[in-house]
Amino acid sequence: MRSVTSVGDVGLEWLDGSGPHADVVLSTRVRLARNLQAHAFPTRLGADERREIWSRIRAAADATEMLREGAAIELSAVPSVTRRVLLERHLISRELAGGVAGDQAPAGAGLFMRGGGDLGAMVNEEDHLRLQALRSGLRLHDAFRDVEALDEELGGRLAFAFHPEFGFLTSCPTNVGTGLRASILVHLPGLVLTKEIAKVLQGINQVGLTFRGLYGEGSEVIGNFFQISNQTTLGKSEEDLIDHLNRIVGQVIQYEMQARGVLLRDAPAVIEDKIWRAYGLLSHARTLSFEEVMNLLSAVRLGVGLKLIPDLRVSSLNTVMIYSQAAHLEHAAGRRLSDGEEEIHRAAFVRRALGRPEGQGTERQ
Amino acid sequence: MLCDHCGERDAVIHLTHIENNEMNSFHLCESCAAEKGIDPEDAEEGVNAPLAAFLAQMGGERSGAAGSDESECPYCSLSLDGFRKTGRLGCSQCYVAFETHLRNLMRRLHAGTQHVGKVYLPPEDSSDTSRAERLNGLKRRLTRAVDSEDFERAAKIRDQIRALEGA
Repeated sequence: MRSVTSVGDVGLEWLDGSGPHADVVLSTRVRLARNLQAHAFPTRLGADERREIWSRIRAAADATEMLREGAAIELSAVPSVTRRVLLERHLISRELAGGVAGDQAPAGAGLFMRGGGDLGAMVNEEDHLRLQALRSGLRLHDAFRDVEALDEELGGRLAFAFHPEFGFLTSCPTNVGTGLRASILVHLPGLVLTKEIAKVLQGINQVGLTFRGLYGEGSEVIGNFFQISNQTTLGKSEEDLIDHLNRIVGQVIQYEMQARGVLLRDAPAVIEDKIWRAYGLLSHARTLSFEEVMNLLSAVRLGVGLKLIPDLRVSSLNTVMIYSQAAHLEHAAGRRLSDGEEEIHRAAFVRRALGRPEGQGTERQ
Repeated sequence: MLCDHCGERDAVIHLTHIENNEMNSFHLCESCAAEKGIDPEDAEEGVNAPLAAFLAQMGGERSGAAGSDESECPYCSLSLDGFRKTGRLGCSQCYVAFETHLRNLMRRLHAGTQHVGKVYLPPEDSSDTSRAERLNGLKRRLTRAVDSEDFERAAKIRDQIRALEGA
């Protein structure tokens, strides 16, 4: 692997919206938690042992077919803004970024990625290894096959902690067994607007799944984006967990489509107005907070899904969602931005991305 | 809203049930819910509630047992108290040291305590028993792959079985 310190567009292949059901499902991610046999879990280790683990895992990853040509990023070696960019792309966790402010990365913490970043691994998070695969749309089986193949490659080179009864051992008992967490990021404005969402989410909880906001555990739901994932990891096989999630998400998509149909039938003028007002604000506003962007994007995304806004692509909306976050704007500007500046930069970026750099007229760049 | 079951009392418990592509909502009063074995506390639990509730309960048990639980992991020296505070174990040996507690916890968190997924054999361990275990695991996965008509995966698993049998 190459050691890299700049991240370019890595990990953003899924923005192209090429996967199945991409108007409702943004991304699929599957991760496997693994730990090395001979060491305590990372939270109980000092800096030296953590760095030793990074080197051992890196050497093993360098020998794999899947990661050999990829990139390795040691997080303490990159600037804070780079860590926050990786966090905003969901490639690393808050802990690895050194908190939301990206203050200081934990020793020996890092990230491996294959080419475009659709497959990789976090090192020294709460577990020694978190293998992860990322896809556009609903592609659970595909993502699982990839991450499972990487697990085979690494597990043949490193001795993982495995217990005959409890399976793969993890720092938190909620991950033990398969170590598998599969998450689908879905956009459910129809269910929110028709007030059916509470019922659906409750149903999700009752079938052994859980939901979270955009930024994982404990995060708020903004812009009607929800992450649905398996709650249990032990007592069921990987295939069963994946099949079950796939089936339930398929049903959620169906309910969402039905809800959108109801909205269009019962309140077409109200919905169209909401969508075009949101589009108008996004393409003309001069200052925008991130939360406002997310809420407006939700309405515009619904408009694209309902084919009410004909010449806009889901991929442009995905791009706005990622690149209008604070660290991405700071990275693009090449300097720290004050809160006021950030909102101005954000609005300018959104106008450009929607093809309305001046925020007027109908001509496109 | 009245209870779907008795139609007399106010419904206080609202459930959504998804099965065979159908979503059904139930609205039940407290006594009909109790009759059906639905615990309103369970229905209201949040995402991490089972873990938090269980850890709290473990604390209660412990004080009741007059300090009989000063247990510590011999490998990383994490105490049960330490685990209760953070919800994180210290090392793989903690699973042995706190086995009974963890088994109870896992019964609540998961679909059982027996791992039925991938069977793993560490690279240096090639003893006959672990090889037999791994072979059995692979054969189970092969059957599942064939059942779900995932032949590409089945072929890969078959290759692994052959490699292991030949080794």
